[in-house]
Amino acid sequence: MTTDNSFEPKIIGFLCNWCSYAGADKAGGAQLIYPPNVHVIRVMCSGRVDPQFILSALVKGADGVIILACHPGDCHYKEGNCRALQRHTLLNLMLEQLGVEKERCRLDYVSAGEGDKFSRVIHEMVDTVRALGPLELEDVGAYNIRPDVITN
Amino acid sequence: MAEKPKLALYWAASCGGCEIATVNLHEKLLDLDAAFDFMFCPCLLDTKKKDIEALPDGAIAVTLFNGALRTEENMEMARLLRRKSRLLVAFGSCAKGGCVPALANLTSKDDLLKTIYLDSPSLDNPEGIIPSGTTAFTEGDIHLTPLLGRVKHLAQEGDVDYFVPGCPPEPHQIWNVIEAILSDTLPAKGSTVGCGTLTVCDDCDRTKEEKRIPAFRRSYEFYPDAQACLLEQGLLCMGIATRNGCGAPCTKANMPCTGCYGAPDGVSDQGAKMVAALGSVMDIGDTTGLSEEAIAARVAGFLATIPDYAGMFYKYTLASSTLGGRVGSKK
Repeated sequence: MTTDNSFEPKIIGFLCNWCSYAGADKAGGAQLIYPPNVHVIRVMCSGRVDPQFILSALVKGADGVIILACHPGDCHYKEGNCRALQRHTLLNLMLEQLGVEKERCRLDYVSAGEGDKFSRVIHEMVDTVRALGPLELEDVGAYNIRPDVITN
Repeated sequence: MAEKPKLALYWAASCGGCEIATVNLHEKLLDLDAAFDFMFCPCLLDTKKKDIEALPDGAIAVTLFNGALRTEENMEMARLLRRKSRLLVAFGSCAKGGCVPALANLTSKDDLLKTIYLDSPSLDNPEGIIPSGTTAFTEGDIHLTPLLGRVKHLAQEGDVDYFVPGCPPEPHQIWNVIEAILSDTLPAKGSTVGCGTLTVCDDCDRTKEEKRIPAFRRSYEFYPDAQACLLEQGLLCMGIATRNGCGAPCTKANMPCTGCYGAPDGVSDQGAKMVAALGSVMDIGDTTGLSEEAIAARVAGFLATIPDYAGMFYKYTLASSTLGGRVGSKK
């Protein structure tokens, strides 16, 4: 736990185009206030979020990653969000073994109408990661971190 | 006769399997000996470190360096051989990605030593001695090389010209690499050679159908069908996230691929890719009408049958993975 109150977590948010990104828009349209720590990347489906993207985000300076998906049954591509859930659950088992707190990688569901929930989830995520403190990783060197290599 | 180019085969933190695979070139070993002056290999030859130190820099044409970097001594030899070699090849999965020695990176160095020397039930160590540093004997002092905090792969210590995957590399692929060196047809520096670019599934001739796995199973639980895809039978076959070129000998022997050729082209983290692949093929059944919590619990229950995903998916590549091992933050 950090005692430094000035720590502002950097969080990468992968938001599905069809539900959660629209939900974020809804929150914006309603002028709901939420912390600016989440840097949003819009993806066509939460099922597109390769676990390599999450590890890349963490190793390149993110203190946490949040994936927001359509509610189960609502996926525009039928089951992309189920795959995201399965990947997320499995990745978190692995991240725990690697010493990364599972709270740093969260998956939740936000529909296009849930501006309120979007704001609440972002508040919770930022508070949680702020309490955990910065993610301190050892330098693994250039060979290990080659996002340019990721092509499929 | 002109002097033959010098060839070295060195081992750092390794098991000796890469040497055995090299000897498994069989009669091709004679061709190797005809083309090179095979002059340094602690497993097979009596050349000493001081003989290597006495060589001018760049005197060795090719060093096949196998083994991970576990100790300061490994690091010293890696630096020495880099200096003395014109081509330094990370040979085998340990040098390329850390392999089994790097699984130690799932724990801290202190916990590792504690388990090995203090906690194991078969130990007899009443004084709680953890070997380290210098110990005085009547014959003289013995110096034990310090362990590194983390196991590293060769490219984390210095410049590596080529990477040859495999635990160990398949002999026919070793010969392909030797031939490429001799005929000067190596690809660009930094390439992974002696392998394919796709996945082991491409080498595996089992019947593949739609993958919907109702549960993970382990190889001691049943005899797998000899024709059907092992992953479809519930075994965590790593072929789907592993580079090809081996010819899939494991799946031919009815055993799942464990991933020794590392990540295929286009993938930087083999473990993460295995997570991505499995996330697509798990079949948790009909979830209509279930709450989000109930669905999450069903997924968690499905996954709870395997105890060690990180050890399984990073068995050969933990040192070269995105995180490189367990992170030490605040622990």
